Amino acid sequence: MTGDRRKAVIEVDGAKVSFGAVKALDGVTLSIMPGECVGLVGHNGAGKSTIVSVINGGLTPHQGTVSGDGEVVANYGINAARTRGVRCVFQELSLCPNLSIIENTRIMHRTLGGFGWRKRARQIIEKSLDTVFPNHGIASDKTVGDLSIAERQMVEIAMAFSDAGIAPRLVILDEPTSSLDASLAEQMLDHVRRFVAGGGAVVFISHILHEVLTTASRIVVMKDGRIVAERPAAAFSEHSLVEAMGSVVKGDAHRRRSRDLADAPLALEQSGRGMPFRASRGEIVGLAGLAGHGQTGMLMALHAANSGDWLPRRDPLVTFVAGDRRLNGVFELWSILKNLSIASLDGVASRGVLDAGAEAGRGAEWKRRIEIRTQDMENRILSLSGGNQQKVLFARALSTRAPVVLMDDPMRGVDVGTKQEVYEIVRQEAEAGRTFVWYSTEMEEVCLCDRVYVFREGAVVAELTGEAITEGNILAASFAGTAA
Amino acid sequence: MTAIARLSRKPWIWSWFAAFVVWFATILVTGGASTFGLSQAALTFAAFSIIVGIGQMFVITLGPGNIDLSVPATMTLAGTVALKLMDVDNAMIVPGLLVAVVIGIAVGIGNYALIKALRIPPIIATLSMSFIIQSTAIWTNRGLRIKPPSFLADFTTSSTLGIPNVAIIALVISLLAWFLLEKTIYGRWISAIGQSMPAARMAGIPVDGTRFATYVFCAVLASLAGYLLACFSGGAALNMGSEYLLMSIAVVVIGGTAVAGGDSNVPGIWGASLFMFLVVSMLNTYGLGAGIRLVMTGLIIISVILLAGGRQPGTR
Amino acid sequence: MNRRISADALRLAIPALSLTVLLAAVFWLQPRAMSYVGLNLLFNLAVPIALATIAQMLIMSVNDLDLSMGTFVSFVACVTATFLRDAPLVGVLILAGAVAVYSVLGVVIYLRNLPSIVVTLGMSFVWAGLAVLLLPSPGGQAPDWARALMTVKPPLVPMAIVASIAIAIVAHLVVMRSSLGVLIRGVGGNQRSVERAGWSVVATRAAAYGLAGIFAVLAGIALVGLTTSADANIALRYTLLSIAGVILGGGEFIGGRVSPVGAVIGALTLTLAGSFLSFLRISPDWQIGAQGAILIVVLALRLLLRRVEIREKGR
Repeated sequence: MTGDRRKAVIEVDGAKVSFGAVKALDGVTLSIMPGECVGLVGHNGAGKSTIVSVINGGLTPHQGTVSGDGEVVANYGINAARTRGVRCVFQELSLCPNLSIIENTRIMHRTLGGFGWRKRARQIIEKSLDTVFPNHGIASDKTVGDLSIAERQMVEIAMAFSDAGIAPRLVILDEPTSSLDASLAEQMLDHVRRFVAGGGAVVFISHILHEVLTTASRIVVMKDGRIVAERPAAAFSEHSLVEAMGSVVKGDAHRRRSRDLADAPLALEQSGRGMPFRASRGEIVGLAGLAGHGQTGMLMALHAANSGDWLPRRDPLVTFVAGDRRLNGVFELWSILKNLSIASLDGVASRGVLDAGAEAGRGAEWKRRIEIRTQDMENRILSLSGGNQQKVLFARALSTRAPVVLMDDPMRGVDVGTKQEVYEIVRQEAEAGRTFVWYSTEMEEVCLCDRVYVFREGAVVAELTGEAITEGNILAASFAGTAA
Repeated sequence: MTAIARLSRKPWIWSWFAAFVVWFATILVTGGASTFGLSQAALTFAAFSIIVGIGQMFVITLGPGNIDLSVPATMTLAGTVALKLMDVDNAMIVPGLLVAVVIGIAVGIGNYALIKALRIPPIIATLSMSFIIQSTAIWTNRGLRIKPPSFLADFTTSSTLGIPNVAIIALVISLLAWFLLEKTIYGRWISAIGQSMPAARMAGIPVDGTRFATYVFCAVLASLAGYLLACFSGGAALNMGSEYLLMSIAVVVIGGTAVAGGDSNVPGIWGASLFMFLVVSMLNTYGLGAGIRLVMTGLIIISVILLAGGRQPGTR
Repeated sequence: MNRRISADALRLAIPALSLTVLLAAVFWLQPRAMSYVGLNLLFNLAVPIALATIAQMLIMSVNDLDLSMGTFVSFVACVTATFLRDAPLVGVLILAGAVAVYSVLGVVIYLRNLPSIVVTLGMSFVWAGLAVLLLPSPGGQAPDWARALMTVKPPLVPMAIVASIAIAIVAHLVVMRSSLGVLIRGVGGNQRSVERAGWSVVATRAAAYGLAGIFAVLAGIALVGLTTSADANIALRYTLLSIAGVILGGGEFIGGRVSPVGAVIGALTLTLAGSFLSFLRISPDWQIGAQGAILIVVLALRLLLRRVEIREKGR
């Protein structure tokens, strides 16, 4: 190209992606020029991961186009992206833990084969590691599984910047510094700046705002699947970024009336890293923060500490409402009724023998109470919509005698009507003395809680009560470097 | 019409259908002369695979990776030790039975202890266990062939009202198994664990206790089958269980139990066990050898899993 | 450079140590075993077991399990003792077809998402049936070249040892050093990452199964070379022995963590367990039991080691 207008490495135009009823991307247009670092920020569900998947070819948008170097690419997929030099460092580990670093390099670079590939792979990865992280001290014949988490992440980053035939032109870094210490993070950011100065392009996602502000040349703020702000980095401050992320909030329609729970007896307590956790009787405690910062782990730990693996507990303290229905929620082969009653079978059985009549009665009662939309409780659970499946899981938990209900972001991907119904049930049950520990990625739900713990990097970093529970405060605590 | 449609959706119906076809094809050749004898023999021999198959089915219901490879060794050990203890004495029948059950319980405990303590997959735990049990059986047996007490020998080889006694025992055990699976909390629990262990755990099910009980149950059924088989065949032989390693798994698969776990059915075990025996006698009647029979059995298992596997994608 | 011993080296250390201890015990009990003839006798039967173990290891490296190993090796033994001797071309074609069947199995299991245990269980009936059809009663005769190969007397070191070392080296080169081996283990370790890099998982799995078939065929031929005749039930024990050998040699059921050298050592250890007991004048009844006990002890040791390792890492 001899024209003076440089062409974007990758340009996404009007991309729309929806998963069921949820619009993950609602018409996003984003172009990444050579020689720039685009910072991408946004809260949970803003659509960051989805746009990343579109750019790296893992996901084809339902509407909209992807172009490379100014031309629309018809069948843009993983291999098309790779040949254009698009590389990605994923949030989860994407190396083979059972292979050595050299062997992983071999897998990442298809063209590396032939006699003596080990030597070539070693040179490539060591060169890249030396460039990105000088004095890294990682031996390249080590097995990835033996590395510490920080070392693994260093290898992943070096792998993305390594050059074996096809030079990297656009590197997507999704929370790359989450397990690096400050000096390593700085090394990496220095390399990003060098790479960009040399004409490379980077998409940089991080919850540490000052990293984004100091590294990115342009910052894109996303919210609800849309780009809500896009300015040169210099035009943003930490404060204005946080404000931009929360800019679309629609008033405090569901403000709960504040309740005085100071004297309520303690229901649950746990101390770990960060601030101690406690929950009182009848309280709705929210767990907030960016997804994957330890909230689910905390719920799992609370559940494990209070349930028996060998013998059933006579009076269980806690019960659990799953967020990932497929993984740890529904029993897919079963009817709605069986799915509902599984956690409270002792109530419909005597000496271990089930009373079918009592079980059906219990089912009918809950069907009425939470309005499960089905003709027959004997229908398969999968015949229900996602929202109704979630209601069944709620009924499962509420029908136990456990005084504490742990909720692992259960309303993800549920329609608005169902949400309102469930919120009402939660409110009623809390009035009646039940305790809820509610991890949610949705601001609206967090604002329904009496008290909120905000998580960052595996620990509770802030506790907000009553009027202090605002989107601004939560965002500020979720993103490092803003509190000060 | 709807009744037929509903029936055809039952996973066990196919094994029954196949068993009936084979039964019919066999008596067609013999001209109906040996119908009664054939049916009786089928019930007798199927009874043993039914008993071990039910135990294996409970274990497989626990989900992917759960399998008990110690079944044949347990059968052998229980048969050997029980016969040795009874020593042809009719008065020792009950102690002999008790010893067999105790052996089953001990093997079950050993199996699950290995799974838990060494954190190894059930397949390797039960495999190591089976090596040890087998050696113990060889050691106790010492090549001697002790006859069963006369009462037991008669009982296991004769019939009541035309139905072989061993088949009646298998029926009683099947009813018990059906009751456990369908009517008790325990049955719900194993099905839940088989569908999703994390979900079961989060629903408050005591996962370890349930799995432990299931491995013990399977081993007890295996030792019971060993006890009966030893009496039926006039003495314990060291290889008497070996056929049942693959058989116990095969009848579970052919019977329509989900290999991915969580969904089991007792009638299918009957259909599959009868079928497995009847195929042998049919091919014998047609003058075909053991080779063809084995190949056919294998192909049937693979086609069953191919058909069943297509129905539920996403399970390993 | 201050490098700690890697987990892989440790993984290999336990089986090597147990073999050494066992061997030392045998020599101590029976010094005469420390000779050319003695060693050959001790390890003779290890060669086919080692080959079968490598085959099983290849299947396990893509997170599957082969329950038909024993019957397949028996089937190959029957083909070797009949067709491969009398009509070599037909024999070779049959064996090549069998290897192709293995490849197809690998693909079908992946594409239809089937449990490998059940599919190979079904195949074990098929192989057993075919073996019975070939040799309804024990018989047949080993091809002269197979016999000659297995009874060759190399100078200094007996054939069994030379063959074991050769198997270990070849398997190591294929599985641990070649690109294909890396890919196969990569599929076992993190299938998604292999896919993301643009590789074909189907082809990789077909290759892994095909390679396993080849090693299993070699096991059958080696076995007949030793026993001179075949029988449809000749190698039934190999299914369990091969799994035990892989585990003993530091392999794991899932995650693509395997070690060919370890697998050969595991096979040797299992073979030696029997001889060891007979030297101890413990009845051979306990041979199988000893194999089970060794398995448990090694697994327990490994768990212990992992605990220590985690504790050190946490420091």
